[in-house]
Amino acid sequence: MADLSTNFIGIKSPNPYWLASAPPTDKAYNVVRAFKAGWGGVVWKTLGEDPPVVNVSSRYGAIGYKGNRVAGFNNIELISDRPLEVNLQEIKQVKRDWPDRAMIVSLMVPCTEDSWKNILKRIEDTEADGIELNFGCPHGMSERGMGAAVGQVPEYVEMVARWCKQYSRMPVIVKLTPNITNILSSARAAVRGGADAVSLINTINSITSVNLDLMAPEPTVDGKGTHGGYCGPAVKPIALHMVAEIARDPECKNIPISGIGGVETWRDAAEFMALGAGTVQVCTAAMHYGFTIVDDMNDGLANWMDSKGYRRIEDFRARAVPNVTDWQHLNINYQIVAQIDQDRCIKCGLCHIACEDTSHQAISALRVDGARRYEVVDEECVGCNLCLHVCPVENCITMKEIDNGKPFLTWKDDPRNPMNQKAAE
Amino acid sequence: MSEIDIRPDIATGRLKAEQYTENFDDLVPVLDRKTALVEANRCYFCYDAPCIEACPTGIDIPGFIKKIATDNVRGSAVRILEANIFGGACARVCPTEILCEQACVRNAQENKPVTIGRLQRYATDHLMATGEHPFTRAPLTGRKVAVVGAGPAGLSCAHRLAMLGHDVVVFEAKAHPGGLNEYGVAEYKMPDHFARAEVDFLLKIGGIEIRTGQALGRDITLSGLRRDYDAVFLGMGLAGVKALEAEGEELAGVMNAVDYIADLRQADDFGRLPVGRKVVVIGGGNTAIDIAIQIRRLGAEDVTLVYRRGPSEMGATHHEQELAQVNGVRIKHWARPVKLTGQGGAVREAVFEYTQLDADGRLIGTGDHFAVPADMVFKAIGQSFVPDPLRQDGRDLLELKGAKIAVDAEGKTSLDKVWAGGDCTPGQDLTVAAVQDGKIAALAIDRALRG
Ligand SMILES: Cc1cc2nc3c(=O)[nH]c(=O)nc-3n(C[C@H](O)[C@H](O)[C@H](O)COP(=O)(O)OP(=O)(O)OC[C@H]3O[C@@H](n4cnc5c(N)ncnc54)[C@H](O)[C@@H]3O)c2cc1C
Ligand SMILES: Cc1cc2nc3c(=O)[nH]c(=O)nc-3n(C[C@H](O)[C@H](O)[C@H](O)COP(=O)(O)O)c2cc1C
Ligand code: SF4
Ligand code: SF4
Ligand code: SF4
Repeated sequence: MADLSTNFIGIKSPNPYWLASAPPTDKAYNVVRAFKAGWGGVVWKTLGEDPPVVNVSSRYGAIGYKGNRVAGFNNIELISDRPLEVNLQEIKQVKRDWPDRAMIVSLMVPCTEDSWKNILKRIEDTEADGIELNFGCPHGMSERGMGAAVGQVPEYVEMVARWCKQYSRMPVIVKLTPNITNILSSARAAVRGGADAVSLINTINSITSVNLDLMAPEPTVDGKGTHGGYCGPAVKPIALHMVAEIARDPECKNIPISGIGGVETWRDAAEFMALGAGTVQVCTAAMHYGFTIVDDMNDGLANWMDSKGYRRIEDFRARAVPNVTDWQHLNINYQIVAQIDQDRCIKCGLCHIACEDTSHQAISALRVDGARRYEVVDEECVGCNLCLHVCPVENCITMKEIDNGKPFLTWKDDPRNPMNQKAAE
Repeated sequence: MSEIDIRPDIATGRLKAEQYTENFDDLVPVLDRKTALVEANRCYFCYDAPCIEACPTGIDIPGFIKKIATDNVRGSAVRILEANIFGGACARVCPTEILCEQACVRNAQENKPVTIGRLQRYATDHLMATGEHPFTRAPLTGRKVAVVGAGPAGLSCAHRLAMLGHDVVVFEAKAHPGGLNEYGVAEYKMPDHFARAEVDFLLKIGGIEIRTGQALGRDITLSGLRRDYDAVFLGMGLAGVKALEAEGEELAGVMNAVDYIADLRQADDFGRLPVGRKVVVIGGGNTAIDIAIQIRRLGAEDVTLVYRRGPSEMGATHHEQELAQVNGVRIKHWARPVKLTGQGGAVREAVFEYTQLDADGRLIGTGDHFAVPADMVFKAIGQSFVPDPLRQDGRDLLELKGAKIAVDAEGKTSLDKVWAGGDCTPGQDLTVAAVQDGKIAALAIDRALRG
């Protein structure tokens, strides 16, 4: 059986699944239940200075997709709304009771050296394994100059990271906000500030939906709403991209990454890890189904690893990173065309209408003795994959590679590239 | 032999009042919103959808289902009703397992079609509950069309003609309009006087006058209608019932299934209907199944349905046969009635001969017999078209084909100005087919009237 244990910047946990800093890690009661269910670690709900924040009523929004609930989730909650001392005592007790689990404390205090210096001492006393700097909260806290307001300014990220390394001996994880144009600017700032790791993504600015009766955004608070932070399955592609960008950036110097955003299954986790993440963090999936989901996450990952012959997570971690590249390095001579397995085809015609109306008119709709038949016109197919994605039958449409005899060629070297024509002149 | 004299046992009020209510409640209740959304989202929104082709009225099925999925339920209902004004009835009575749902691509994928019929009901019930009639009439043409028969064919034709701006008078022999929706279809498929509510809904278009108690051939004549109206549509259904041609048919307790069902459908109190303890049903179509199930639900103890051929030859669909069996009806195949024996003028027993196919595939008796005790025997071997109202001076006014009114693809008969559709013309005897016939004929009549 594969070994799922991880050692992430010196923080050990029996498996790579940490609960992200959020309601599931708000207090000892939840965290103990999570550990009992098998979670490898937690990032405690973000702590701030006293007096604690006050939350509004009606806090979450969600979007479903065709009957599936919570495809995307959003919240307008702030950081922990309990007194600092209560949290600290609970953290200390839980870590003592569960020494083999990772206990990371998320922090967010005003952007002054003293504020950080003071709170770091008190965290150290809890014997937690490390801290995570919440530079990501995109709503409420950012209006007060914290969270994303810090995370969006690389200089602040670097500065605060440096203070934390200076005033504590604990490993420091910087949690990045995705609400910027280029994730590398803040990731590099964290590296410069001496952070031990980055975690990402925090939530994305969002309005999940508009209530057309109230004419107000959801979640609505007494007739008004505000943008919230978006998370859940819908954000995974965005998170994967940002993780990959950091993993392959020389200036980020292979900084360890804790991957976050839409992790719901072992497969999601494996994808994050293939792109370089050393651990993953989960919030929405736990809020949707409860803590027991970790059971299949562990079991499924181990079974998959066994089937692939991976004994430890390090055996496959970051394996996909070298295959993430820029468009200009792709082989422009590579050719595939769609292929329909007529035995599997149920004749829904979706491939035809998709290609006919919106792509390359490469699937013909025929009637053979009155029966429907959909056929690919190889010469017209550009290999875009659209039909494969809309076909409701698994493995019915596949893309077959065409041996066109052409050599590997990138756009850079392609004679059709105007830049090359200029050079030739 | 036993000394005890077992008398024919036909009684009323076999069940408690609440049992009747339960037994004749909606067989398939309307979907709630949540379930409807889940089901609607199962639809792939197919291109050139096979289900549309399999619906005799050609309803835009993916279109109306998509609208349910977006909570545009009114839009969904309108999409259905514009192709089929009896969308509500059809949602309840269509044998979807041999129509739209049989063609659904989900069968090929997972043996489970989208439940199109139930979604159709979800949408149409919603609209009908609002009391709204969603269609308006085109500018009036001043033309007048006579429709004979207020069944699905006649009323579908009348509604479409009214929409197109013509005025319509419908002549109906019976006391209520609706045809077999009102008098024939199983009660549990259309409880709560749905047929009447649907006719009321349909008439809201305006321009349609229904004259009940007016029979062609008795109160009016075809020549008269042709003289007084710009066009005539015949939607008279099948007024006759095929005879068994077995000895003893005249005994008390031997009845036509359709007559009994008509009484049942009109009954205010099911407890007043006479119900035999032991009942034999002869026939293999939906009428046979319907009477068998309904008589069971009225409290009959043993119900045996006897059909002269095998299960796959039965007119009733597999689904209907199963429903009968679930309702405790015993189905015996490969036997034909020979005679009905009685006592004191009342039937006591039905005698059958086993059948089989000969080398040429013809049905023959084996010579072996068996008897089934019966207090009541229902004849359900088919209805037939009665051409008498279309006769004048001893000859048919229009051409017949296979004992029904001959028509072209648009319902035109051999007689000038006269169209026909529904059960009285060749084709499948289904509500939905009748609706389509009426609609097609209306469009043809409209074209003819506009010259
Ligand atoms: C017991 C039974 C159950 C059925 N169940 C189903 C089912 O579940 N699903 C399904 O799809 N189909 C079912 N059918 C078939 C379906 O009811 C018919 O196909 C459909 O009603 C045909 O419509 P129509 O308008 O042609 O005829 P009808 O519905 O028979 O209407 C004809 C109308 O014309 C009137 N009429 C007749 N003669 C004259 C005259 N001389 N003058 C004036 N008016 C006249 C009649 O009174 C009647 O109102 C069933 C049929 C029967 C008998
Ligand atoms: C209700 C809620 C509250 C959250 N609060 C915090 C927080 O206090 N600190 C923090 O760093 N992230 C917070 N997050 C963000 C999550 O930790 C996580 O980064 C994000 O939800 C993406 O992961 P997911 O897709 O698994 O939910 C919160 C998320 C939710 C849904
Ligand atoms: S791959 Fe794209 S172009 Fe080719 S058939 Fe499919 S949809 Fe059409
Ligand atoms: S989308 Fe798939 S199932 Fe549908 S017609 Fe095309 S190949 Fe067949
Ligand atoms: S065939 Fe089935 S899946 Fe396709 S449109 Fe019709 S109901 Fe929907």
